[in-house]
Amino acid sequence: MISTAITDLWYGFGVALEPHNLMYCFLGVLVGNLVGVLPGMGPVATISILLPLTFGMQPVPAILMLSGVYYGAQYGGAICSILLNLPCHPPHAVTCLDGFPLTKQGKGGTALGITIIAAFIGASFGITEMIFLAPFLVQMALKFGPAEVCSLMLVGLLAGSTLAKGSPLKGIAMTVFGLLLGIVGTDIETGQPRFTFNIPELFDGIEIIALALGMFGIAEFMNSINNTETVDMRYAKVGISDMFPSKADLKLAFWPMIRGTVLGSLCALIPGTGPTIASFVSYATEKKISKTPERFGRGAIEGVACPEASTHSSVQGDFIPTMSLGIPGDTVMALLLGALIIHGIVPGPQLISQHADIFWGLIASFWIGNILLVILNVPMIGLWVKLLSIPYRYLYPSAMFFVCIGVYAANNEMFQVGETLVIGVAGYILLRLDFHPAPVLLGFVLGPRFEENFRRSMLISRGDLLTFVEHPISAFFLMICVVLIAAQIYVWLRKPKILAEEKAIENQVPETPYSELAG
Amino acid sequence: MILLGVGAAVTGAGYRFGSLARMGPGFMPVVLGVVLAFLGVLIAGTALASSEDDGGKFLPDNPQWFGWLCILGGPVLFIILGLYGGMIPAIFGCVFVCALGDNTATYKSSAILAAGVTVFGVLLFHYLLGIPFPMLRGVNL
Repeated sequence: MISTAITDLWYGFGVALEPHNLMYCFLGVLVGNLVGVLPGMGPVATISILLPLTFGMQPVPAILMLSGVYYGAQYGGAICSILLNLPCHPPHAVTCLDGFPLTKQGKGGTALGITIIAAFIGASFGITEMIFLAPFLVQMALKFGPAEVCSLMLVGLLAGSTLAKGSPLKGIAMTVFGLLLGIVGTDIETGQPRFTFNIPELFDGIEIIALALGMFGIAEFMNSINNTETVDMRYAKVGISDMFPSKADLKLAFWPMIRGTVLGSLCALIPGTGPTIASFVSYATEKKISKTPERFGRGAIEGVACPEASTHSSVQGDFIPTMSLGIPGDTVMALLLGALIIHGIVPGPQLISQHADIFWGLIASFWIGNILLVILNVPMIGLWVKLLSIPYRYLYPSAMFFVCIGVYAANNEMFQVGETLVIGVAGYILLRLDFHPAPVLLGFVLGPRFEENFRRSMLISRGDLLTFVEHPISAFFLMICVVLIAAQIYVWLRKPKILAEEKAIENQVPETPYSELAG
Repeated sequence: MILLGVGAAVTGAGYRFGSLARMGPGFMPVVLGVVLAFLGVLIAGTALASSEDDGGKFLPDNPQWFGWLCILGGPVLFIILGLYGGMIPAIFGCVFVCALGDNTATYKSSAILAAGVTVFGVLLFHYLLGIPFPMLRGVNL
């Protein structure tokens, strides 16, 4: 199996190194890095804006580019955290704790250097994990019938909504809301229009781009307008020569990096626990096992290396369930899944065998992309730092234009711009009411497939609900669901104690000025 | 106690959604509607039970009515100008109005920004990507 994996990977490199694929991969990581650095823009909004532009492209370069944005943004986000104490992206919030004190001590360059090394190690491990684990998962998944797929999706949905930020109940409510939104349009089996309110434009369903841009574009801009702090650039002066860490620093950071990597890759495998949770968990662990925990928070290099490595390994690992099972773990993955569907590719266990070029090309492009990012970040750090000073007031109007034209270009219909607007307002209201919009997208993407598989399994079992319990694999997934719910209730009952522990870390993190909602 | 209101709203929406499509294909909507309604009740219930003030105010500390208006006005202008004017006025109008939403923005700075984005947008979307959207309606460019 290992030898086939290597042959396949070789093939993947062939795909990824084709000049135009390489170009789009580069473009993706460049844009990703850019929005990662820019406060107030996040990968979710960027990917949704870029999505309509990929319609004319082949699926392979399109997916390579969109994925590049996601992991590229992680490199950029660290710069913001370390130099400015601005956690623009939630996964890097923890990095602020030790990264910014290091910057104040004049060691910001070292911290960035360590971050890049940690990122590369973490990402490489995540990619390796994907190479060997994904085909294995696929072999398992090929045995799945509709009942199993259904239960698995239920796990994905439940995990995605309960483990994310905010109240789990509200998370589940938002997932159900997303599922309902996914129903809008013509019913596949009977042709019956549902929830269309006799608006012909809605017969094809709600456009995923309109939903994503409304929820994460317009709602987000409304949230952060006139709400942004002026950026403190005092410490943000870094040259290339500062970036190479000393041997002592490297030695100090080595094991934390490895531990972070392993933790991150574990977190990636549990649906719903994305890079943000991975980075928090690994920081807490590192602090616990450290011989000198008092150094943390005052500029410990380990406190930068560990969460960064785990963020990156979890970012790459995130792709595993999405690509092998077709179950996205978070918002970005849900969007990418949507992109695959738009390009006419059915996600699921068959993806690897039927679209080997996409899967292996994607893996190979991860490596190429990560190398490109290291190259981009080391000599161009000064440029990225300069970008930090672009004021938000230039940024968001331009982004609004991209939102409008992106939605329009998807179908060349103005109706969808209006749709986005309505969703944006709704999204902002929900946001103010403490409902996080991320699970909506998850529910929306999985909804139609969930319904389809549910109906199919009902047909096979002649309407017997027990079929979900009788199939062993399906029963196992359902058990996970029960455990998840039970765990939530347990947490809720013992709220004060656990919350106190969580707060202890969270309180140290400076308030996120403009939150990228897709935590 | 705003959460209570949300609970009620979600409940209401849930029921209405649920009963709307009770035909053959309506199974899923009804089930989901009921689930959502149930969750709404639960959310409202927990909000009532905990009764602690979690500082959840609906409006932020400094409501940015003007900013919000501008952000929402941008796309509205984009739609109107796009339908009747074409790409150039649509982009310019959208960016200009959005930019005005910022407290520090002036007419001049917004106009400059809007002009820049318009040039860039036309180059990218009209010439490079070639989306079917006339630059100026009625004028053949």
